[in-house]
Amino acid sequence: MQKQKLVMVGNGMAGVKTLEELIKHAPDLFDITVFGAEPHGNYNRILLSPVLAGEMTLPDIMLNDLDWYRDNGITLHAGRKVVEINRARRTVRADDGTEVAYDRLLLATGSVPFILPVPGKDLPGVIAYRDIADTEAMIEAAQHHRHAVVIGAGLLGLEAANGLILRGMEVTVVHLGGWIMERQLDKAAADMLQASLEAKGMKFCLQAQTAELLAADSGRVGAVRLKDGTELAADLVVMAAGIRPSTSLAESARLHCERGIVVTDTLQTVTDPRIYAVGECANHRGTAYGLVAPLFDQAKVCANHLAGFGIGRYLGSVTSTKLKVTGVDVFSAGDFQGGADCDEIVLHDRAGGVYKKLVLKDDKLAGAVMVGDTADGAWYFQLVREGKDVAEMRDHLMFGQSFTQSQLGDAGHQGQSQAALLPDTAEICGCNGVCKGTIVKAIREKGLFTLDEVKKHTKASSSCGSCTGLVEQILASTVGGAYQSTDKFAKPVCGCTEHTHGEVREAIRQQKLLTIPDTMRALEWSTPNGCATCRPALNYYLISTWPFEAEDDPQSRFINERAHANIQKDGTYSVVPRMWGGLTTPDELRAIADAAEKYKVPTVKVTGGQRIDLLGVKKSDLPLIWSDLNAAGMVSGHAYGKSLRTVKTCVGKEHCRFGTQLAMDLGVKLEKMLFGMWSPHKVKLAVSGCPRNCAESGIKDVGVIGVDSGYELYVAGNGGIKTEVAQFFCKVGSDEEVMEYGGAFLQLYREEAYYLERTCHYIERVGLEHAKKLVVEDAANRKALYERLLFALKDAPDPWAEQRTAPLVRNYQPIDLTNNGDRHGLAETVSS
Amino acid sequence: MAWQKLCPLEEIPALGARVVEHADGDIAVFRAAGDSVFAVADACPHKGGPLSQGIVHGHKVTCPLHGWNIELASGHACAPDEGCVRNYPVRIEAGTVWLEL
Ligand code: SRM
Ligand SMILES: Cc1cc2nc3c(=O)[nH]c(=O)nc-3n(C[C@H](O)[C@H](O)[C@H](O)COP(=O)(O)OP(=O)(O)OC[C@H]3O[C@@H](n4cnc5c(N)ncnc54)[C@H](O)[C@@H]3O)c2cc1C
Ligand code: SF4
Ligand code: FES
Repeated sequence: MQKQKLVMVGNGMAGVKTLEELIKHAPDLFDITVFGAEPHGNYNRILLSPVLAGEMTLPDIMLNDLDWYRDNGITLHAGRKVVEINRARRTVRADDGTEVAYDRLLLATGSVPFILPVPGKDLPGVIAYRDIADTEAMIEAAQHHRHAVVIGAGLLGLEAANGLILRGMEVTVVHLGGWIMERQLDKAAADMLQASLEAKGMKFCLQAQTAELLAADSGRVGAVRLKDGTELAADLVVMAAGIRPSTSLAESARLHCERGIVVTDTLQTVTDPRIYAVGECANHRGTAYGLVAPLFDQAKVCANHLAGFGIGRYLGSVTSTKLKVTGVDVFSAGDFQGGADCDEIVLHDRAGGVYKKLVLKDDKLAGAVMVGDTADGAWYFQLVREGKDVAEMRDHLMFGQSFTQSQLGDAGHQGQSQAALLPDTAEICGCNGVCKGTIVKAIREKGLFTLDEVKKHTKASSSCGSCTGLVEQILASTVGGAYQSTDKFAKPVCGCTEHTHGEVREAIRQQKLLTIPDTMRALEWSTPNGCATCRPALNYYLISTWPFEAEDDPQSRFINERAHANIQKDGTYSVVPRMWGGLTTPDELRAIADAAEKYKVPTVKVTGGQRIDLLGVKKSDLPLIWSDLNAAGMVSGHAYGKSLRTVKTCVGKEHCRFGTQLAMDLGVKLEKMLFGMWSPHKVKLAVSGCPRNCAESGIKDVGVIGVDSGYELYVAGNGGIKTEVAQFFCKVGSDEEVMEYGGAFLQLYREEAYYLERTCHYIERVGLEHAKKLVVEDAANRKALYERLLFALKDAPDPWAEQRTAPLVRNYQPIDLTNNGDRHGLAETVSS
Repeated sequence: MAWQKLCPLEEIPALGARVVEHADGDIAVFRAAGDSVFAVADACPHKGGPLSQGIVHGHKVTCPLHGWNIELASGHACAPDEGCVRNYPVRIEAGTVWLEL
């Protein structure tokens, strides 16, 4: 089949991002030709500011060099501007006469700076701030001249002024509005920012209208005259008074434009579905964006559509702003102006240089603006985008993430918003030993924008994940507004699919999908058999939704669940037999001791889960040691699985002078009931005989505390990476009720949670009220959940006993070369 | 160098692997997508993890220890990781797997 022809006009950030995404999905679908008016590959325009400020150099900011185009078979016409689109013949023509035909056309022409229509605007020394050429012109001017005037005190103008000051110029910023950055800041914040910029030597003329640019004797610009007659010396004038979507080419092809090329949710122009537009030149639902993050969202959807998937829709973005001037922190997001129906929380410390305003609407954070201390910007932005109910944390909200979460019992060592203050040598990821400098370097040099990319390139946050918050902050402070954090479960499961966990679960239920291949077919997976991320998730969703009907696929399980033991760093395994409720007997201990000696187990350890771990067993010995343990009546402890782990107990009323309930007895009953339960993540329970709580029920997925009149049930606790105190669920009277309420809660979790979501994260997502409504308040539903759980767990086999039998046991043995001759009757070796 | 007979193909689990013990170190023999077979040293270029124990997808395996992805045909780690593991010639003949050592 002949390839289709895709032509792209505009070789900038949004366009090339679209191509990158397209090549990922459908590398061979199109012959791609790119026209770019600038004589370069694709570079990171955002970083022109650090280049101007002397913090980076041009080679640092290249995203795709010429080799990239060649390696991907893309024809690049760099330095050539497209001047005509012929929609009837489906061709484009460049200024040098080159003509290329297209099947699909992608317009990514960005914006053009708005040049004030004043006399003198064409004088040498008058420039805009948009591209490499402008930046080079400014650097050059700073070497030979002294006075600069920047017109416009928006983000761009201030970053330009800052850079020029650092390069030794005297800079005055002329601004029409009453305060600087008025589109991003309120007056109080702007005043504070202005004061700190003035302290750096920046001068301001506010409410000032430029009347004329005057030439010096040299013929170059020499001064700016304002309407009130003031004259400002200026050997360089930078116009930063706004940008306009670059639409002249589109308009000449009679594509519908109004402040941008009007596009649909699939980024196709409303006039001609063969023609797409992404980036600053596009107008989507009335908005033309001017920051990278939303443009990258557009790029993804557009690439999907070009690749023929057609599922993605772009629905608009909320944006945030960050000024990249070293030492001056400014952040704003969402609706920060407020209005009659909004509340404001304001902190204003003039002397300390800190201003923060939070705008609340209907118990949600609608916007935030901050100067001086912006460490919590990323967190506030996340709250704005997620539309999360903040009523409960309202009192603390102003004091930031770490304080608020500590007040909500949510401490733990996640990113405390201090990332920007940390030195480059600070270790961020304890698991992989990655320090801040390495992360910042990778972000800058490799042009990374998302958490996933940072994980892939640096390994930071790719193991236990407790540093994710910090890494996100480093991203936010390094790439500014271009960073967009995303909720892990709001994104596709992995690179093999466009679908989220929620969509996959729903499809498996609705379409009664029973196998992984069927699910992949039904949901149009882009890889033949998935990857190590999606397959385990699919396997869990299938077996939990359709117990006894769906096939369990061991090859789609992580090795621990396939070998029914924990893999160790040297490739050996650990063996943890179940000790129901933490109870054991002399016979069991003797059998464990014998097995440890017989199989030369190097380490025998009491675990944190009240049982014994035999560490360092050879894989081929596993079936043998299991057989010995089985013979003594012991079964697998599932210490390796996303499954029921342990039910810890205290001695309880059986022995303890304070005990109010038989904790050990109930613990054993619960553990027997839940034996063999696969779950989205591991599940741990505890039963304590009284509120002294010696079994630590307060940090368990389900914690039970005996009181005189019965039991208190707590759920969604976690003692791991980030300690979460379990929340009170309900009070019940009998053992049977503990089993029913606790079991129903766990079944709800099994049915609704996403793979690798612990109960605390699940409850954080759906809300405790949701679980209470379905389990505590609705008796019929509770019983139905409980029955579904018991049904799924009926006759749960001991995996150790199962694995010891042929042919499964073969998977534990190496292929034995020496025995092969015997088995096949003769020693066959052929020379090659 | 000689071709050694290993085992019938079905004695290696589909999308799985088994190990051949060898004086120079274990060799992992994979049965990947489409019943294609590959053999590489059973030691991940990262920190020596047993690749034979990883999840197999397409013609790649994900190391069980820290999740590197390895191309089975070439032994190369997938970008952005860098490294390479030795690979061995392997083939199927009349349903039996052979390995050249
Ligand atoms: C053996 C044991 C440590 C010990 O010697 O005491 C252990 C060992 C491991 N834990 Fe643990 N955890 C052990 C009790 C705990 C506890 C304490 C408890 O259960 O009361 C916790 C905190 C409580 C909790 O989970 O809420 C705990 C929190 C974790 C976490 C963090 C989970 C989280 O949601 O934050 C992980 C990582 C994970 O699961 O993703 C983890 C993971 C691991 C793994 C499986 C790491 C791995 O994937 O290889 C370790 C296997 C070591 C090995 O080589 O075999 N382990 N781990 C304990 C086994 C208990 C048992 O009898 O089954
Ligand atoms: C100095 C500076 C700092 C910035 N800082 C930030 C920041 O901190 N955070 C943030 O999110 N955003 C920032 N931005 C904005 C961000 O860079 C833009 O939103 C983004 O680059 C827009 O991408 P685009 O692909 O739509 O347009 P561009 O990247 O501008 O690409 C468009 C390209 O198309 C070319 N072109 C136009 N017409 C034609 C034609 N007819 N034929 C051929 N080629 C053509 C242009 O020459 C240009 O190279 C900054 C911008 C600047 C200038
Ligand atoms: S046993 Fe648990 S705490 Fe100890 S090193 Fe392993 S994962 Fe970390
Ligand atoms: S040893 Fe293989 S990924 Fe670390």
